[in-house]
Amino acid sequence: MKPKNQRLALLVLALVAVAAAVLLGMQGMRDQAAFFYAPADVARKGRPPAEQAVRIGGMVRPGSLRRHADGVTISFLVGDETAHTIPVRFRGITPDLFRENSGVVAEGRFRADGLFVASEILAKHDENYMPPRAAGQGQHKSESLE
Amino acid sequence: MIAEAGLAALWLAAALSLLQLFLGVAALRPGGESLLRLVRPIAVAQGLLAGLAFLILIWLFLRTDLSVELVAANSHSAKPWLYKFAGAWGNHEGSMLLWVTVLALAGAIVALLERRLPQNTLIATLAAQAAIGLGFYAFLLFASNPFTRLSPVPVEGNGLNPLLQDPGLAFHPPTLYFGYVGISIAFSFAVGALVTRDVGPAFARAMRPWVLGAWIFLTLGITAGSYWAYYELGWGGWWFWDPVENASLMPWLAATALLHSVTVLATRDGLRAWTVMLAVVAFSMSMIGTFLVRSGILTSVHAFAVDPERGTFILVLLLLYIGGALALYGLRVGTVKEGSKFDFVSREGALVANNLLITVILGLVFIGTIYPLITEALGTKISVGPPYFNHAAGPVALALVAIMAAGPMLRWRRDDLSKLAGRIAIPALLGAAILLGLVLLAPDIGILPLLGLTIAIAVGAASLAPLWGRTLRRTPLFTWGMVISHFGIAVALAGMASESAFSRETLLAARPGQGMRVGPFTARFDGVDPVVGPNWTAIEASLTVRRGADGAEFVLRPQTRLFPSAPTSPTSEAAIATHWDGQLYVAIGQADETGRWQLRLWWKPFVTLIWLGGALVAFGGLLSLIGRLRRARRGGTVAAESEGDAVYQPAEAAA
Repeated sequence: MKPKNQRLALLVLALVAVAAAVLLGMQGMRDQAAFFYAPADVARKGRPPAEQAVRIGGMVRPGSLRRHADGVTISFLVGDETAHTIPVRFRGITPDLFRENSGVVAEGRFRADGLFVASEILAKHDENYMPPRAAGQGQHKSESLE
Repeated sequence: MIAEAGLAALWLAAALSLLQLFLGVAALRPGGESLLRLVRPIAVAQGLLAGLAFLILIWLFLRTDLSVELVAANSHSAKPWLYKFAGAWGNHEGSMLLWVTVLALAGAIVALLERRLPQNTLIATLAAQAAIGLGFYAFLLFASNPFTRLSPVPVEGNGLNPLLQDPGLAFHPPTLYFGYVGISIAFSFAVGALVTRDVGPAFARAMRPWVLGAWIFLTLGITAGSYWAYYELGWGGWWFWDPVENASLMPWLAATALLHSVTVLATRDGLRAWTVMLAVVAFSMSMIGTFLVRSGILTSVHAFAVDPERGTFILVLLLLYIGGALALYGLRVGTVKEGSKFDFVSREGALVANNLLITVILGLVFIGTIYPLITEALGTKISVGPPYFNHAAGPVALALVAIMAAGPMLRWRRDDLSKLAGRIAIPALLGAAILLGLVLLAPDIGILPLLGLTIAIAVGAASLAPLWGRTLRRTPLFTWGMVISHFGIAVALAGMASESAFSRETLLAARPGQGMRVGPFTARFDGVDPVVGPNWTAIEASLTVRRGADGAEFVLRPQTRLFPSAPTSPTSEAAIATHWDGQLYVAIGQADETGRWQLRLWWKPFVTLIWLGGALVAFGGLLSLIGRLRRARRGGTVAAESEGDAVYQPAEAAA
């Protein structure tokens, strides 16, 4: 192969690779479009199937947090600015910033009866830090601005 | 006065970098040769001044000079000295000053030490470096001045975010910055070579130590960040595909690709245009990384309270630099001559495959990180999480690791596939045996951990192949470096697979005196005590743990800490016991009304391999760097044959 042809072949290969990346990415993204749910999304789009792991996010409704008798399971409602809520159950130690009336993102699955069983509750945020938009929703809303 | 001196030093450094850019450009014009001598000393002076400004900031933090706004907002007199020191960059302004300082000092080092490049290319490189620096000086001086005074002087500072009061703060941000900046130097070299039309092996050899150095620091920074996120409860564990993690992964991927292509350019004079392109991409990625974590577009502990103005400023800088770099590349790439040719089945071919696969992964991570930000700006919020990255990038990464195993066994220029098959037979058989054993003994660990463990073992064995049959003492250091880095990847992969396959967890609410089991351990909860630290108070649980029936007893003390200086919610400090074959990880939660405490225990077999692997990768890079620098010092021109000895040799003996 002449160097010129080789350069061309490499270029084509690179383009194919990049195109493959974009296709793979778009494909993955299509599945991901249904990865994050706010309470209003569940009401609008319906629940994702039980086998699909998803994230939900919103605010922990004041007064909804309840501890179970085993001492390590909690239940609470996640709400947003609409009237919709998602009932959530979580077994584990909640992150340092988890409390009522503050933002929460949980990962887990919906049960057939509508209960969201969280396998993980995420809190990477700190209340010293202002969220970029105080009125944002979901993941980026870390704390209420008391 | 001291703060003013720091500000003055910063202004002077900025002025010098403007001068450095101006003189550099003038010196490259016809008739400007007399100016050439001036550029180097200016670059050195600029580095010293920026370093002085940074030292002054550290001094202000160590003394807790509350008349400085930044100190008052982020420090507290009762903090341990380590966090006063590291707290200097645990905030927006300080971290940007660290960025600029590292950049300026690196420029000074180039000016002082670089002797291999033609002078014109060096001057163009320093001018490019000054141009990059200028943007950040402007950002500091106009939008993020770290030396602003505060009046009236407050009685006490606000304190550092408790989540950042961790030894990780002293290590993780600076190492990543060293990496980012090292890449910017590599980029400046590429710009210099493009400007003077000098893209070739000499340029590649001058650039390689910087790429290698940057890559070592990025590797260390990512490894440290991963461990920090792991032991901090609620941060998602050792890797989470969080955008801030991706922001550091993307430059690393680009640097990894660049590292491999620059080797082809230095050794075989191939992949010229591609290597320069990768330098541009790697720099763009480190700029995007800085933008993502510092602009406040992502909410995380990395995004210090930011106003939109600053985000816009960084975005404009980012677009200017990346746009400028791409424009220069587009204009000049036509002048880059063809490199020498090679067969597709050859070391070069494997390195090209490495580059393509890494580029694909980089593209996937990039899309997954940026796309949600774009759709959010357009009004639709989507969240891209681990399932996307694992499914899209995972298979490509496994293919990449397989290429990594085969590549070093191939010879430069051309090789034979059937010979390769013979060389790779032993590791492949080993992998197959492991796979069989796992399927029989632990059939339910899941497909990804299964594949991961199998490939880790096979690749680990294969990565040692370049050492087989060699006289180990006469093996060049950079060959050792390559072997150790590749082996480190296999080690890290084994750790990841083991962690997800074999972790055991126990979660309960326990009363003092209660016993529990996790994995091979039995533990007894002895109760809680209040303890007092330098600037915090805590509730500390103690658990007496014993491994097996007759192991030695030891005590683990997880805490919940309260920092009175920053009235935030308590932070959880996990207690971790490291054994040779894994870690026991214990965290304490809240108490309930009946006096029970929430306890969570994990046994994570071989989880430590993840970071040990990362450390090995970096250590291999270091060996390689030392080997290259030593060889460069010994003999001026490094001929191809000296690099050719990294070829796999015993196969000929076997064949």
